[in-house]
Amino acid sequence: MTVPNPNAATGLDGDQPLLEIRRLGIELTDYLPPRVLVQDVSLTVRAGESVGLVGESGSGKSMTIKAAMRLLPDNANVSGDINFDGRSVDKLSRSELAAYRSGDVAMIHQDPRSHTNPMRTVGEFLIEGVVATRQMKKSDANDKAVALLAEMGIGDAGRRMKQYPHQLSGGLLQRVMIAASLMNEPRLIFADEPTTALDVTVQSEVMAILMEQIQDRDLGMLFVTHDLDLAAAVTDTLVVMYAGTVVERGRAEDVYIHPRHPYTAALLASRPSTTQVRRLVSIPGRPATAYEVGDGCAFAARCPFATEQCRSTRPPLRPVDDSQVACHRSEELAAVLKEAASA
Amino acid sequence: MTTNEVGGAADSRPNAGITDGTILPSRRGAEVPADTPSAILAVENLTKIFGRRGQEHAAVKDVSFTLGEGDSLAIVGESGSGKTTTARIVAGLETATAGSVMIDGRPVTRASRGRRQRRADARMVQMVFQDPFGSLDPRQKIGQGLRELLAIHYSLSSSAASQRVSDLLRQVGLDDRHAGQLPRTLSGGQRQRVAVARALALEPKILILDEAVSALDVSVQAQVLNLLVDIRQETGISYLFVSHDLGVVRQVTDNCIVLNQGELVESGPTALVLDSPRHEYTQSLLDAVPKPGWKPRRRTS
Repeated sequence: MTVPNPNAATGLDGDQPLLEIRRLGIELTDYLPPRVLVQDVSLTVRAGESVGLVGESGSGKSMTIKAAMRLLPDNANVSGDINFDGRSVDKLSRSELAAYRSGDVAMIHQDPRSHTNPMRTVGEFLIEGVVATRQMKKSDANDKAVALLAEMGIGDAGRRMKQYPHQLSGGLLQRVMIAASLMNEPRLIFADEPTTALDVTVQSEVMAILMEQIQDRDLGMLFVTHDLDLAAAVTDTLVVMYAGTVVERGRAEDVYIHPRHPYTAALLASRPSTTQVRRLVSIPGRPATAYEVGDGCAFAARCPFATEQCRSTRPPLRPVDDSQVACHRSEELAAVLKEAASA
Repeated sequence: MTTNEVGGAADSRPNAGITDGTILPSRRGAEVPADTPSAILAVENLTKIFGRRGQEHAAVKDVSFTLGEGDSLAIVGESGSGKTTTARIVAGLETATAGSVMIDGRPVTRASRGRRQRRADARMVQMVFQDPFGSLDPRQKIGQGLRELLAIHYSLSSSAASQRVSDLLRQVGLDDRHAGQLPRTLSGGQRQRVAVARALALEPKILILDEAVSALDVSVQAQVLNLLVDIRQETGISYLFVSHDLGVVRQVTDNCIVLNQGELVESGPTALVLDSPRHEYTQSLLDAVPKPGWKPRRRTS
């Protein structure tokens, strides 16, 4: 599985990304014309790298990771390339796909309660995957599950193994989900809003545990969230999505401190601060979805800096300083955007 | 049951239930306008116990606070803190096990007697809920819903009612086009604006906002927060703002109380409580808010 792939012809720099998504497009075919949900999304996750995929509702962030796991329904038409470790995920055979999902990657969902079987114990849930795919014997899997639960800071792991999901709190159950995602020793974790449903203090704890595991095991992570503050704090790279497309990509600190796209700056400015009271800078209108926006920039309708060019021509993602930005006016707005985001 | 007066609520509490003994939640609570006669809401020693005998669970334990007329008070806490239960008791959706709730000098702890009184109570307190998808009738057009509310509570002529509907929609940043639409054609932010318009239709003295902006995207949340600030400035309405989000609380409230597992642990002016929290629980809430340089932490316990 780790054989270097000759097709991995992206290499600006030598080491090949673990996950590479190139020009991903997703459309729903049960509309005429097909309804575009995601277009032209490119991103990479290297081994040991945490990438935050940030956006509001309808931005296509969850669809993107579903596509990366090939979990989209039949009525979704996927274009572009998704490569894991140099192999195209779209071309995997049935058995290869099963091996990919059960061995290479794992997913942590937002709501652990709807992704566990209420009729099965925590123990059964944890060992089911590895036992069914014959990666482990039942007794070994049991030992490993208990050890993992202990690593998650769950004290009486033996007793928890025999409990049912309804007997666990949300934070505890999410820790069980993290343990479940680590059972098969994956190399890449997809985390889809893993702490959104949790209280802040519980979020802090669950994130601490997740980041510890990611760092100890040198795993790649694609972390989907609507919370730019959270993503900036825990990831290396940020990818900001709007209306199904990537508007900005760069190192987390860069994007957070010096956003190059008006949307990123506006998102940062509209977050209510805990330390000062000020009139919030709201973005007029509501988040758009890909099929609603025309040929121009996806954000043009809500952007205070939009010009005629923005409304007619879609700006491509291009390098600006160290970041990648899809904005015609990024350079001339640099100072204004930095100011707006830090206000 | 003491229902004699409105004063002294927040600062007469004993230091019950605080184990480390170092924090007096009442000290700065005295700055909440507890003794002013203009308190529109006074809650005293409120306790709510759920469950049958033998397996009781106290959701709210001996909580007292006041809300001054035109003020905005936050109830801050995590899930299970009793913040929503407290708000529901104030709104009359739940009855208290013990303690009293006085609104404008009138006790509302017991269910109102008679239709007339119930409607009068409804005109005092209105509530906006978290989920804008669940709080509107999916088959009723926005304008019809508002007209129905007005017809129940006021006797307006048809043209006066139409005018009032227009005014209400304009007040929340919508317009007459939205009156003819069904909830499903509106976005989450627009639906929440409709919920606010419906609450404002009865000209309540107190508007209870129970996590009213939590389900909204940040960019839309900012719009609704600004709207709430403007409405309070224009109308002098009082807010009881239930939220777990300290940033949101900072923007729209003057005072706050912090609940932890049903107990009031700290109260005072929002700015003071958030800038220099005195109780370790408040501090842990603040520490858990992601910000630049933030590192997620395991709880020390």
